[in-house]
Amino acid sequence: MNVFDIIGPIMVGPSSSHTAGAVRIGQIARVVAGGKPVAVTIELYGSFAQTYKGHGTDKAIIAGLLGMAPDDQRIKDSLALAGQAGMSFKFRKSSNQAVHPNTALISAVDQLGKKTIVQGSSVGGGRIVVNRINEINVKFKGDYYTLLIPHTDTPGVIAAVTKLLADHGINIAELNMYRSHRGGEAMMVIETDQAVKAEVVSLIEAVKTVKKAVLIEPIY
Amino acid sequence: MITYDSIQELADRARKKGKRISELVLEDQALHMEQSKDELVELMRKSLHVMAAAAKSGLTSRSLSASGLSGGDANKMKQVVDGGRSLSGKVLSETLAKALAIAEVNACMGRIVAAPTAGSCGIIPALLLTLKEEHHLTEDQVVMSLFTAAGLGMVIAKKASISGAEGGCQAECGSAAAMAAAAAVELMGGSPQMSAHACAFALKSVLGLVCDPVAGLVEVPCIKRNASGAANALVAAEMALAGIESTIPVDEVIGAMKAIGDAMPKALKETAEGGLADTPTAKKIAREILR
Repeated sequence: MNVFDIIGPIMVGPSSSHTAGAVRIGQIARVVAGGKPVAVTIELYGSFAQTYKGHGTDKAIIAGLLGMAPDDQRIKDSLALAGQAGMSFKFRKSSNQAVHPNTALISAVDQLGKKTIVQGSSVGGGRIVVNRINEINVKFKGDYYTLLIPHTDTPGVIAAVTKLLADHGINIAELNMYRSHRGGEAMMVIETDQAVKAEVVSLIEAVKTVKKAVLIEPIY
Repeated sequence: MITYDSIQELADRARKKGKRISELVLEDQALHMEQSKDELVELMRKSLHVMAAAAKSGLTSRSLSASGLSGGDANKMKQVVDGGRSLSGKVLSETLAKALAIAEVNACMGRIVAAPTAGSCGIIPALLLTLKEEHHLTEDQVVMSLFTAAGLGMVIAKKASISGAEGGCQAECGSAAAMAAAAAVELMGGSPQMSAHACAFALKSVLGLVCDPVAGLVEVPCIKRNASGAANALVAAEMALAGIESTIPVDEVIGAMKAIGDAMPKALKETAEGGLADTPTAKKIAREILR
């Protein structure tokens, strides 16, 4: 905690959890989906589903998906701006129990028809936790440089990736591995203290059984 | 390094070093965040500018929030101030107008600074910006006083809570008022100990205040509680500057706030299930809005 957690963030109202946090969930979904989704479906859970209109949670998530930050004054016009940007959207209220009361599940389809699922929860004060990427349950907050590395669960992948980071002087703050089952689909989530250059991201993508590497810049 | 476990400790340390609380907090945070003091001051200045812009736009705006529940009250208050028709004098009525203004901007999806939260964003800037105008203070002085507000806010966040969902409105508008009061005391030349007393007064006055937003929106009663929170801060600062002392030490008041927040039923902590949110009128509004 520092002084700017208390006097801050600078944000568009009315609610840090229902508005600022919602923008951030959208921001991350945009990056994970490859930068420019053309059609999105957003499922809202719990308090998000109950009060999304009054808090502008719908406008906030769409703004994030369009690449806006929580202090962007265009957030209140984002639904119209989505049309101009060629992004269609649909909201659904879910009555199912979610991992957290303020949760959104975003399915984003890109120009090539590829679908990406990102689920995030707004946990207070504008801070968020991403808890699902496609079919894999994960957990990260977006406060570091975060690498998402989907791969096939095989021996040596973590060693190869972490060696590349070490060779480029990048320190790992946290590393987590999630997998559907032994030898199945897996996801490495690596949070680093330093920025990861595009060339390092490409080198990671060249590691055997790594399918992709997505870098998310810190969102706070 | 400061641990932000005790406001009394902060005040004592400032007194011993012959410094203001803001100077101590700034020095500590520069070390903690590995940035220069100047960089942090400029970041804080940016926040102050956003606060001032929100106050300005809110005072003239008559637009309504998306729910239609709020908007235009700051403008009504401002007309009374400008017409010289205020009941309570310029400083208080101008503070009230600005607090309403910033809280209304927040409700209308305008840009604000959470201080410490979005729901309580009007309190600190309303009082500090009004003091700046009425007492001809410099921008630098007000920027520095925000470090005092933030330093005390960190202690409250660590030892109790600044979230309505965790501690009720006492933790949101109460904390904002306490932070504003302490900052105002420093701005007006009071001692660190006076800031600590002001913080205690503001919190004591709203202990037990529940968070009961109608339809779950940050509008009713939040916007008017920003006005009363700013008034509470002014009352607390005025008493502390007069040399009045809090019988219960500030850190114990924070402890009491934490205990009260923990004891408060969930229905009265932002869930919109109790208090004003559970009145017939509120339920009718909720049904209409959430339909």
